[in-house]
Amino acid sequence: MSADIDLINVTIRFGDFVAVRDVSFKITGGEFFSILGPSGCGKTTILRTISGFLPPTSGAVRIGGRDMAGVGPNKRPTALIFQNLALFPLMSVAENIAYGLRVRGIGARERRAKADELLKLVALPGIGDKKISELSGGQKQRVAIARALAVEPQVLLLDEPLSALDLRLRQHMRAELRAIQKRVGVTFVYITHDQGEALTMSDRVAVMNHGVVEQIGDGPAIYDRPATPFVASFVGENNGITGRVTGLADGFATLETPMGLLRGRDGAGLSPGEAATLFVRPERLRPEPAGFAARVESTAFEGHMTHVALTAADGHSLTMSLGRDVCVKDLTPGAAIAVGFSAEEAVVLRQETAR
Amino acid sequence: MNHVIDVILLGPPVVALAFWLASAVERRRTGSAEPGFFARNGGPVAAFLLIAVGFWAFALIVWPQLYMVDYSFHPKLPPAQRFGPKDYYTLANYRYFLFGSPDDTSHWNDTHLHAFGITIFVSVIITIFNFAVCYPLAYFMAQVARPGAVRRLMLLLIIPYWINEILRAFAFRVLFGTGGVLNGALIGAGLIRDPIDFIGDDVALYAGLTYAYVLIMMFPLYNALESLDRNQIEAARDLGAPWWRIHLDVVLPHAKPGIASGATLVFMLCAGALAAPLVLGGPKTLWFTPIVYDRFFQAFNWPQGAAYALVLLAACMAFVLIVMRVFKVSLSEIAR
Repeated sequence: MSADIDLINVTIRFGDFVAVRDVSFKITGGEFFSILGPSGCGKTTILRTISGFLPPTSGAVRIGGRDMAGVGPNKRPTALIFQNLALFPLMSVAENIAYGLRVRGIGARERRAKADELLKLVALPGIGDKKISELSGGQKQRVAIARALAVEPQVLLLDEPLSALDLRLRQHMRAELRAIQKRVGVTFVYITHDQGEALTMSDRVAVMNHGVVEQIGDGPAIYDRPATPFVASFVGENNGITGRVTGLADGFATLETPMGLLRGRDGAGLSPGEAATLFVRPERLRPEPAGFAARVESTAFEGHMTHVALTAADGHSLTMSLGRDVCVKDLTPGAAIAVGFSAEEAVVLRQETAR
Repeated sequence: MNHVIDVILLGPPVVALAFWLASAVERRRTGSAEPGFFARNGGPVAAFLLIAVGFWAFALIVWPQLYMVDYSFHPKLPPAQRFGPKDYYTLANYRYFLFGSPDDTSHWNDTHLHAFGITIFVSVIITIFNFAVCYPLAYFMAQVARPGAVRRLMLLLIIPYWINEILRAFAFRVLFGTGGVLNGALIGAGLIRDPIDFIGDDVALYAGLTYAYVLIMMFPLYNALESLDRNQIEAARDLGAPWWRIHLDVVLPHAKPGIASGATLVFMLCAGALAAPLVLGGPKTLWFTPIVYDRFFQAFNWPQGAAYALVLLAACMAFVLIVMRVFKVSLSEIAR
């Protein structure tokens, strides 16, 4: 029912441009796997390669252990959900869903039964005879999922399908997609540039940048233990403070920075004297009399959190997010404040060299 | 002829008045929020636009056609006696088309009916053939080729049309003649011993007519195919459809208005072609348009010519209606 996907040293070039550079990873059958990255990082290219529309320049793709070289998209056990959904506007909802069955020569009655069954699965019973143009954005979304599931794929590939929806619907569809995936048990490969989507839905996330996979891991691993400065700053908000490593002990690194000596977990096997960046999340910063000095620039109230923009030594901008349980006397712009964090909640990473 | 001048002079102001009334009614219905046509454009400009459009539509299109319709129901008379006491309404001209005589209905007018039937039939065939030639090329240009290649192909398609129709027709004669390029090449290659009579067998005519209207089919088809989202094609492929099913289920239904538009244009131009059939037609082939031409300028029987032309027009309109019914498209979709 669901299949593993192996990418082995996959490189994809368009002329001189390397879209994907020597990428290898394995997606386990039945997993909800997201590929997260900014636009142009090569994530859609990888999806098109898995679905068979784009042969890799070098390397291999295996689905369910079978090498896919020379196997066309219409012969692969994958189904792709396009960013714009690509529903057929001249066919009814049921005809759309049953199209994959029709080209497989399955009879009209059986097709219709399957379409109705899938419409129930995506919580849209009884709309089979509607036109595509009569559906709302969220309904189109579900019909596209039903159409892809109709051919009983072992792998479902989703190319940012939620990006056209408004925020509330998007959040609702996240939960819905996750539930559908649990129900059908098919391997989902989900492409997104939205880290919230990736973190909430996925079993594992691969973070990509410039055609390279920077890190693969589950949500907490990506968020709390970023492997590279790119992952640290792309996934969620982060404060980066650059400096030079002066001391290493027990898995912690001490960094000499404009704000004084700061300590965080050594996330990269650093050596003394190296240039490095310490990352600490805004919600991990807090007022601390023993900490370094900063000045309040502005505050933004967001309900469950208050975000405080700070300027520290050297004009370094930082953000501190305070929960409602933290009481600070003076947050007026210009007020002096001392802030700090605990070393376990910060990570020190080697500075990125230009690629 | 006095009343003819009256009609031409009266027509445009009548049309302008009708437009003005329509806009006044619209203003009243929608409330006066939107400025009217005259208010938007200024009085003199609006009046000029209405009179110019009215003149164009009425004096150049509607009136001559109506005049032809009227003419076709009259007997052949010297101009002086037109609308005089000897003038009357008659179906004689249409009877002549069917029976070869103004009053004897015992024999069919075989020559003319046959020419009419051949013209319609061959025009249908050429329309279909033209579609078969253009569809793959239009699909390639609209969905597969890179922009640079599309521009070069377009240029290659358009440049031959800078040469006028008569010259092109004669070039085809040179190509297909018994001593022509094609026969020379075939004999030279040892494929045939005696030259093939391409012109007598009408091969040259069909090829010439197909070639003459390639662009007419090409542009609406290209436009229709170009607007198809490529994801639709990929979605069908991803769902397991082989290439021919993708065309049948996704591409062709999308291109339907373009196909209908191209087909009706090619058919009408083909059925109404005059130069190519005269130059390229074999001795056995009698196209219908030369017959119409002869009614006017050989037989000097304008009413009969008008009747023949109207029969052709009616056939073309019937074809358009059939195409609209078969393709389930509306007139506005064809015109898009």
